[in-house]
Amino acid sequence: MAEKQKRFQLLQGNEACVEGALAAGMRFFAGYPITPSTEIAERSAVRLPQVGGKFMQMEDEIASIAAALGASVAGTKSMTATSGPGFSLKQENIGYATIAEIPIVIVDVMRSGPSTGLPTSPSQGDVMQAKWGTHGDHPVIAICPCSVQDTFNQTVRAFNLAERFRTPVILLMDEIVGHMREGCEIIPPDELEIHNRNTHMINSMPYAFGEGQYVPHMTSFGDGHLYNITGLFHDEAGFPTNDNQIAGEENDRIMKKIQIYKYSGILDYEEYQMEDADIGIVCYGGTTRAVREAVDEARDMGYNVGMFRPVTLWPFPEYELVSRARQLRRLIVVEHNYGQVLLTVEGIIKGDTKVEFIGKVNGTAISPTEIIKKIEEGDE
Amino acid sequence: MAKEQLRFTGSGGQGVILGTIIMAEAAFLDGKQVVQSQSYGPEARGGLCKAETIVDDKPINYTKIETPTFLLSLSQNSFDKFSKKLAPGAAIIVDDSVRVPERISQKHEVLQLPIIQSAIDVIGKKVSANIIACGAVNEALHLASQKSMEEAVLAHIPRGTEALNLKAVRLGAKLVQDRRKTE
Repeated sequence: MAEKQKRFQLLQGNEACVEGALAAGMRFFAGYPITPSTEIAERSAVRLPQVGGKFMQMEDEIASIAAALGASVAGTKSMTATSGPGFSLKQENIGYATIAEIPIVIVDVMRSGPSTGLPTSPSQGDVMQAKWGTHGDHPVIAICPCSVQDTFNQTVRAFNLAERFRTPVILLMDEIVGHMREGCEIIPPDELEIHNRNTHMINSMPYAFGEGQYVPHMTSFGDGHLYNITGLFHDEAGFPTNDNQIAGEENDRIMKKIQIYKYSGILDYEEYQMEDADIGIVCYGGTTRAVREAVDEARDMGYNVGMFRPVTLWPFPEYELVSRARQLRRLIVVEHNYGQVLLTVEGIIKGDTKVEFIGKVNGTAISPTEIIKKIEEGDE
Repeated sequence: MAKEQLRFTGSGGQGVILGTIIMAEAAFLDGKQVVQSQSYGPEARGGLCKAETIVDDKPINYTKIETPTFLLSLSQNSFDKFSKKLAPGAAIIVDDSVRVPERISQKHEVLQLPIIQSAIDVIGKKVSANIIACGAVNEALHLASQKSMEEAVLAHIPRGTEALNLKAVRLGAKLVQDRRKTE
């Protein structure tokens, strides 16, 4: 056995992700290393055997998520990690996990793209891929951490949500957060709130759920119940069906299980200096720290600026942002892409507040200076 | 302490990223707030490399550096590229193979040290230049205690190279002490 982990360590965001996953109960990881997510596979390979888990390097990204789904069906909390091009390859099986209701955490450490792009540079270009990357209507939970400690905490939360709602959860990191090193407290499992899936099967029907509930109870493969898992719409027994009523109800239920529990742990957002702000900045993930610094500096210069940060990016905290926007003259969206969250923000603000944009796609990080310049320009 | 913003630069393979990790680890062991980050290209060796460590008593917001308070360069082209924007009064340590133009040496304290040559002649391993540099940087800036500095070095090197790397980090400190004595 390995020596006991120190509680406080200098870690990369990617390493903190692995420690958070282990604390949440991850015991299986399958991956195909890709910059800037490689350290997640590396640390998983070292740490999983130390806690009785299994690490598998697969032949590609598709096989990686497939292996992780298989392990999850067998009752083991599982994760896979990748970046841009690999995330594209995982999309089909993310849809499969959604309809087959298999808990899994997929980490995408975003890098500059499309294709091989700038593998070592920051980007937030996969925001819409996380939402719409797999085909068909489907709900999505995507979470964006902004620091090394936050990565630890949010990875724990990602596993909890995957288990509670039997759904894939996307941990949407970026190169800035994945590769930076900071002090991190590795909180042991007995001090954390940990959720495990309900495996008490109702009436021997794997996809049956209790009165007033939306999430089926399923036993693990190998625990005695034989049942069918398919990507086709299926009935309570798990067998494919063409019955339009069942298909409609099932599609509704899968969407609703996320919508209805949105306020029971799924939604999360952070506000900084928003109380009296008349200029708001929307940001997430790696840009958060530049925005915080810009807010502090701009406040010293006399601007009433605040920060609104969706921690859970999907589903988006729409109502919360609209409520805040009523007090704002200006709303600035800051992100490392051509305006993916901007599109969402414009859609929900509907022209009531002036929405402005800072987007950067050349592979360098947005700086506080650039944000302050934008604040000043708009108020000249 | 005032917020220190260290930028280490060199060619890929010279170990400048590891250098900033060791500096961050040493300050972290001393209870400081730290953020370490790097930027590099997809090449395994030879590309320009820039790595940064921020050390402060207070929580650190922005994780990158806009104007470094300290610059280390182990190669001429990395110095030329990354020496353009420095904080007023920023200190500089370069390998003595790097030429520093007068417009920079007039405004900043510059220590030109035989880092790479000492790695070859004294330690017998060119790859230990980054550890020598760490020792020199810490002696110049007093970011971390000697104990934490050595613990940080030992935490990030391959097993079996402990004696050699401790010798390297102490040699770095001595290069700075000797230089300051002669000035």
